[in-house]
Amino acid sequence: MTVDTRSVLLHLGLIALLIVLGLVLPTYHQGNLARILVLATYAIGFNVLFGYTGLLSLGHAMFFAAGMYGCGLAMHLGGWPVLSALGAGIIAAAVLSLIVALLALRTIGVAFMIVTLMFAQAFFLTALYLGEWTGGDEGFVIAQASRQIAGFALTDPLTRFFAALAVFSVALLITARMMHLPFGRVLIGVRENEERTRMLGYDTFRHKLLAVIISGTISGGAGAAYAVLFGYVGATFASVQYSIFPLLWVLLGGMGTTIGPLIGVAFMFYLIDYASGLTNAYLLIVGAALVLLTLFARAGIVGEIRKRWVPWLP
Amino acid sequence: MDFGPHLLLAILEGAVGAAVLALTALGLSLVFGVMRVVNVAHGEFFMLGAVVAWFIASPIAGHPAIGFVAALALAPLVAGAIAVVVDRFVLKEVEYDPEATIVGTIGVLYIIQQSALMIYGPEARPVEPPFNHRIALPWFEWGETGLEFYYPWGLSTTSYKLFVIVAAIGILLAFWVIMSRTRLGLIMRATQLDRETALAFGIPVQRVYSIVFGFGAALAALAAVLIVPIQQAHYLMGHDPLLLSFIVVIIGGLGSVRGTVVAALLIGMSDGIISVFLSPTLSKILATLLVALVLVFRPQGLYGKKMA
Repeated sequence: MTVDTRSVLLHLGLIALLIVLGLVLPTYHQGNLARILVLATYAIGFNVLFGYTGLLSLGHAMFFAAGMYGCGLAMHLGGWPVLSALGAGIIAAAVLSLIVALLALRTIGVAFMIVTLMFAQAFFLTALYLGEWTGGDEGFVIAQASRQIAGFALTDPLTRFFAALAVFSVALLITARMMHLPFGRVLIGVRENEERTRMLGYDTFRHKLLAVIISGTISGGAGAAYAVLFGYVGATFASVQYSIFPLLWVLLGGMGTTIGPLIGVAFMFYLIDYASGLTNAYLLIVGAALVLLTLFARAGIVGEIRKRWVPWLP
Repeated sequence: MDFGPHLLLAILEGAVGAAVLALTALGLSLVFGVMRVVNVAHGEFFMLGAVVAWFIASPIAGHPAIGFVAALALAPLVAGAIAVVVDRFVLKEVEYDPEATIVGTIGVLYIIQQSALMIYGPEARPVEPPFNHRIALPWFEWGETGLEFYYPWGLSTTSYKLFVIVAAIGILLAFWVIMSRTRLGLIMRATQLDRETALAFGIPVQRVYSIVFGFGAALAALAAVLIVPIQQAHYLMGHDPLLLSFIVVIIGGLGSVRGTVVAALLIGMSDGIISVFLSPTLSKILATLLVALVLVFRPQGLYGKKMA
């Protein structure tokens, strides 16, 4: 088998496994898994920029929240149907990521992290400031009756699960395919050595620009899906914490791997779920995980597996 | 109140904020200048200062000044000691790699913040100021008999707030003396200028790093002890100082003491003044956008050396 077929089989196998899990799991875990899949989509978006292109953004929550607010406000205030509201969310995230990319990509390294952090903070504060429409900290709930596509109610656990799986699968397959195309190879080249990639004649700025836009748009799509599937939109999702989470998930699962984001989210989700039963300071786990990862396992779970046993893992 | 007295009040409030901000930002700037480490957990050392101050001051009976002085002396030491531990077991282990230290200090941020939540709890608690006299301030206006002084209603400050401003100026001067007139300051400046050469001249760079990281955290903690009688101690209070310190350090020029102090005055005062007249959220939005754009369009112009 060539590497290509193996990676196609891996991704389709993963989706098949998730379908089976969705059918057999009890409702509680079905709901958890739906949430994990949507958040994993967000992590996949983050991974395009951080894992493959080597650009660490500390402000991805603004893209996630742009999608969420774009979609949520269109439904809540505009009364749009689900599909066009999803479109509105994705477009909002794409436009925001274009603007942020044009400005932030003028900087590199630590400055890039701080600029993205600052833009995200400004976005978060703006969401609070416009509380009249966004509901500020408290946010708003999207009416249950409006959350349906062609008669399928997204409030039904099984439907919601499959909708989440569909969103995840699209993001997974797009990124997995992208990394096999020359475009994705150039992104990896930028990560490994930007100077040399430029010397080889590639327009690295254009590639980085597209990477930010693709990454931001996928993140925004995840945000829009989250709003529709779980019916809640709030400023928490724009806060620094939600910029740190995808970093944690991707580091944990394995940066620059296609399935790492899902593994990272699932692991962290159940860890936090377990820890919050014990203490209200469950973010302590997040902190400890970040420190331990920086110290001992920079490659993450899938990254370590790839390094030790399965070198072909995409 | 008329516009004039109102503005004076806003300036006074802004000066208190600026004084505390200057100390906090100086710690961040020192750590970045000498170690090239962006300490995202800096705000948590500020919070530690306030929370430890509460733990020290609240069980001490008698005059509130005793507890306050004890807190002023001990809280920065506690925060500094914790910072030294962080330096030894996290920053040193990743060899001060810029990106790894950012991720690592984000982890430290959550560990400290959530530990405070577990030990100290979610309540906001005040520390009693050592003295607190209300001082009414006069205002003047041109009347029929020339210049007239009067005391407008609401135009007042407290002796403690004036003390905070004076104390911050004192600490800044002490910091300047340490940096420019002592051997420790010389060693720190040497390490900042050229790590390799300093090492070659026998300066224990690793120990200097530990001291600098502890010193930076202690400055933040000191600022917090000063402000905690005015604001209350809360486990999430480190967030705003962190953000504002970032802003100050970037606008002022990373690692530059003079730039940091000037920018702290500018940002602290305008934050105070704008917050009185406009919404505080709006003033924060403008400040964050300003910083982002400064970094984007004039990165070298404002902090001399390139960041990356």
